[in-house]
Amino acid sequence: MAASRVTSLTLLYFFLVLAFAIFTFPFFLLIVNSFKTNGEILENPFSLPGSVNFIHFGDVIEKMNFLVTFKNTFLITAVSVILILVFSAMTAYYIVRNGTTFNNAFFAVLVASMIIPFQSIMIPLIYIYGAKLHFIDTAPVSLLIVLYIGFGSAFSVFIYHGFIKSIPLELEEAALMDGCNRRQTFFKIVLPMLAPTSMTIAILNVLWIWNDYLLPSLILTEEKNFTMPIKMKVFNGTYMNNWELLVPAILMTVLPILIVYLFGQRFIIKGLMQGAIK
Amino acid sequence: MIKEKNSMKRFGYQLFFTGPTMITFTIALLIPFAYGFYLTLMKMASPTSPLEFSGIDNYVTAIQDKEFWASMWLTVKYMAGTVLFVNVLGFVLAFLVTSNIRSQNFFRTAYFTPNLIGGLVLGYIWQFVFVQSLPAIGEKWGIDFLRLGWLGDEKLAFWALVIVTIWQSAGYMMIIFIAGLISVPKDIIEASTIDGANGWQRMVKMILPSMVPSFVVTVFLTLKNAFMVYDINFSLTEGGPYGSTTMVSMHVVNKAFLETNYGVGQAEAIVLFIIVASVTGLQVYFSKKMEVEA
Repeated sequence: MAASRVTSLTLLYFFLVLAFAIFTFPFFLLIVNSFKTNGEILENPFSLPGSVNFIHFGDVIEKMNFLVTFKNTFLITAVSVILILVFSAMTAYYIVRNGTTFNNAFFAVLVASMIIPFQSIMIPLIYIYGAKLHFIDTAPVSLLIVLYIGFGSAFSVFIYHGFIKSIPLELEEAALMDGCNRRQTFFKIVLPMLAPTSMTIAILNVLWIWNDYLLPSLILTEEKNFTMPIKMKVFNGTYMNNWELLVPAILMTVLPILIVYLFGQRFIIKGLMQGAIK
Repeated sequence: MIKEKNSMKRFGYQLFFTGPTMITFTIALLIPFAYGFYLTLMKMASPTSPLEFSGIDNYVTAIQDKEFWASMWLTVKYMAGTVLFVNVLGFVLAFLVTSNIRSQNFFRTAYFTPNLIGGLVLGYIWQFVFVQSLPAIGEKWGIDFLRLGWLGDEKLAFWALVIVTIWQSAGYMMIIFIAGLISVPKDIIEASTIDGANGWQRMVKMILPSMVPSFVVTVFLTLKNAFMVYDINFSLTEGGPYGSTTMVSMHVVNKAFLETNYGVGQAEAIVLFIIVASVTGLQVYFSKKMEVEA
């Protein structure tokens, strides 16, 4: 009995470690090859770098205009996600607490819209806001943020809706008795109670918007507005197969989010699991 | 619920609480979605010239577009491969990291990592793997199928896309499965163990049936992601070699924005929408039925 337990544990660890190797080796390759020259990379991509020099990173930061690109991505992601959270929570709260025919129908439309693939609205989107109304030329970043809020709201309202249903009414009633109006009740009582759910929704939306490529590539046409994925695409086109620049560029692009993950991983995995139970 | 007595006040609150979502949702989704149908009935002589009514011409062209159906068929094959393997691997991983060992959080964290990175950049990472790293191993150890340039071969490039997708998505589905596995009631598992059920019987008779709700979600997500795949397709193979790995999203994007044929592109996008909506609709309908019976 004891022997078979040891065997099954060994087997378990064998598979866990094997999977670990498979899931992380591309990151390992990125890190070791960021410090090498083209010659060293061609010779053996798996070897450790002979010497650690950061020379290519300086190059990449300059050529990618990294700070501006990072700032663009950060601003677009932060503003969109914060507004998605506030607007979706407000909407879900009002729909749950006022189940009028109109609100229920609106909720049904939101939920149903989740099966629409982005590709089937992308062309009219570009036609209306580009060719017709010229927002793509005049206010691309604001347009992009408004679109992100619109696209993100269905899923976020849906998740909030499920959670708000389980909040007892008594607290809100007490607040209303004490003279709070609807708005104060929501912002002072309900919104803070939604914090764990907001965390889950924020993580999913940050990952989506930070990494999104197709939509911003259609809307952000000027270089000064580029986000990281677009910049990476342009960089890849310019330095095709020039791995000593491409590899550190890729590493720089993924590093910000990996660092956040490293510090918040427990939080993030837990938040995602709570979202999955809903 | 407490209703405001004053109807003006009620309207004000309705506007305040649901207005922002309604407006942005209408701008981003409703208007383009509705306008999309109108666009399919129109044609343009050039990208800048005005729209002219053309009836169902665009749909006829779309239905006769051989490349469109080729890309659709390729997407269906890609879907079959990814939906199956992502779910199986995701479930196996979830099962391994819920066996109550001390380092399980560490492994969960590691397996989820690929999801932090978008498809576009992942494609570039794997380009380095397929173009530079695997051939180096193949050369060194004399393994022929690694020595080939995978992305330059029609069949292997397709499998490269499938492999990278499995690698990316399995960790995400794992999280959903973990949430399902830890909510399987422990007492029924224990009871079945006392009754003499072995590990396999427990899995088939107790665990899998109670995991149906998780599978409804994961299969839905993997199906939808497969139909909509673009980023990985674009950055890893660019549809090549010779257009052999162009999936349906990429075909639609190219039709609309490279050939600037909005009418036909949108007609194909509507066909795609109808297929996605029917497939995912049927999937949810039938698996919900299974859920009730299980």
